[in-house]
Amino acid sequence: MISLLIRDLKLAFRAGGGFGLGLAFFLIVTVLVPFGVGPNSVLLSKIAPGILWLGALLACLLSLDRILALDWEDGSLDLLATSPLPLEGVVTIKSLAHWLTTGLPLTLAAPLFGLLLSLPEGGYLWLVLSLMVGTPALSVIGTFGAALTVGIKRGGLLLSLLVLPLYVPTLIFGAELARRGAEGLATTTPLLMLAGITFGVIALLPFASALVLRVNLR
Amino acid sequence: MGSIWEYANPVKFSRTAGVVLPWVSVFATVALIVGLVWGFFFTPDDYRQGSTVKIIYLHVPAALMAINVWFMMLVTSLVWLVRRHHVSALAAKGAAPVGIVMTLIALVTGAIWGQPMWGTWWAWDPRLTSFLILFLFYLGYMALWEAIDNPDTAADLTAVLCIVGSVFAVLSRYAVNFWNQGLHQGASLSLDKEENVADVFSTPLYVCIAGFVLLFIALVFLRTRTEIHKRRAKALLARERLG
Amino acid sequence: MILSVQDLTITRGGIPVLEGLNFALEPGRALVLRGPNGVGKTTLLRTVAGLQPPLEGRVDCPPETIAYAAHSDGLKAMLSVTENLRFWADVFGQKDISAAISAFDLEALADRMAGTLSAGQKRRLGLARLLVTGRPIWVLDEPTVSLDTASVQMFAEAVRAHLKGGGSALIATHIDLGLEEADVFDVGPFRAKPRAAQAGAFDEGFL
Repeated sequence: MISLLIRDLKLAFRAGGGFGLGLAFFLIVTVLVPFGVGPNSVLLSKIAPGILWLGALLACLLSLDRILALDWEDGSLDLLATSPLPLEGVVTIKSLAHWLTTGLPLTLAAPLFGLLLSLPEGGYLWLVLSLMVGTPALSVIGTFGAALTVGIKRGGLLLSLLVLPLYVPTLIFGAELARRGAEGLATTTPLLMLAGITFGVIALLPFASALVLRVNLR
Repeated sequence: MGSIWEYANPVKFSRTAGVVLPWVSVFATVALIVGLVWGFFFTPDDYRQGSTVKIIYLHVPAALMAINVWFMMLVTSLVWLVRRHHVSALAAKGAAPVGIVMTLIALVTGAIWGQPMWGTWWAWDPRLTSFLILFLFYLGYMALWEAIDNPDTAADLTAVLCIVGSVFAVLSRYAVNFWNQGLHQGASLSLDKEENVADVFSTPLYVCIAGFVLLFIALVFLRTRTEIHKRRAKALLARERLG
Repeated sequence: MILSVQDLTITRGGIPVLEGLNFALEPGRALVLRGPNGVGKTTLLRTVAGLQPPLEGRVDCPPETIAYAAHSDGLKAMLSVTENLRFWADVFGQKDISAAISAFDLEALADRMAGTLSAGQKRRLGLARLLVTGRPIWVLDEPTVSLDTASVQMFAEAVRAHLKGGGSALIATHIDLGLEEADVFDVGPFRAKPRAAQAGAFDEGFL
């Protein structure tokens, strides 16, 4: 298990591994938003939590099809499926590797981008906390989408279409948590809901992902 | 003999569909004509909403069907995963386009109704938003069916998507409720509420709902039978190629 | 570690391709599958490896004894030869990869990135992976593709050593490997006949 995680991380950091792509995309979104809505810092600080969450979500979406497609193309998935590792474990490790290379860097970089959008001072902690709690759910749900579409050539767009509605609850509670934090409102309910979603999908969704992956390998 | 699973046999299903279909179609047409004509022309105007209220005869049945069609797909998907009856998977496939059209009717009639009532075509109200999300679920479900060549693989994957999607649809409903309290009035019909729509309005509404349900049954029978025939044609062609 | 197959019917895309297959593979023996292209050899091997379920019949073997190798080797271009082997050895809980490296003459390439290898060298690395699985039953699909004569000899040698050590191998190939322990099994006669719809069967329309 650990060796699979190490391999995936190595591959992500080596040339062509796609690490940093998500961060660059996140940067693009945050830089383009003020050009689109105007430089008014009152407006920007009001929408900053939502924009940052949306940017992180889209950056995450961008890299989903790499989670399993590469291993599918070179035959590694067939070999992993016949190895002693349970497929549920394989997809969990894949989600974890995706989060470590996408969700975690996005979370750590978010305060910097918050600065660009004049996020209110009290909002930084909540922004980082909400992304830290919420982005693992994005990776796990994304892995399920990737497992569904792994056998489809150029399945990237379909993957986005399938994952989009599944991301709605996470986005709503995550962005709401960051917004309420920034505005100094009560944050307990969205925090609990967000954590509930994250723990729920981590506990249950890998079984569905492994099931559809097995179907796709037939 | 006499078990319900007998109808999971494609040939038996097709034969039964052939017998039932004309009757269901006739009843559906009659119920829809009676319900809609009654609703549109023989009910009084509402004292607040005027004649715009009459769109309820399309809006409410369509909205009910939009949710219940997904529920039916959930049940048939589970049946497919547990008992591997092809008819069940194909019924889910056949129902999805009907469901998405119902969702669309509910959204469009809602917008037309909302414009004079709330002064806006669209608002990010929890109910409206939930239906938009439901629409996306239908879209993804149908797209996945289309994208996969092998019919058994497609049936398995869409079935799992339907089940996972159902859980997330319920989650979304709560999330959206939390996110915005909304303009939409409460349910028009419910069994335990004192304040329902008045009887003059509700009787034709029940007829319309019956009409929509029958229409749905007829369409699903028809579409499932078509899917069975398509499947069979495909199997025959594949066998021919095999020599 | 006997692999036995009983009354097996396998399907491709939901259509039966081979039916009524019966064979057994004892330790120390190899079975070479023959048959024209498209007859279903790959499907048979995938079914034996447990990647797809059979339509009828059964595949009996102790769990976690099969090492499967197919057309694509599962190599990562951005990992070195050693890293690739090391990874699979870790996955299968094995320690030593030096035997695998020397058996396929990969010492000189050990630190090269797998992406820079030629097709034949990649294949050798893919086959070396079998040695680090430590599993007794090899299920191989066209293992000699893109190998030169010397490498084919190297591979035959590796198979021979594996059989001597009590292992067994099920191989789909058209090349004569010169293995005296090998039996040939022609799957051609087991082609599935089109089935008449069985009255009363649940899904008679589809098969």
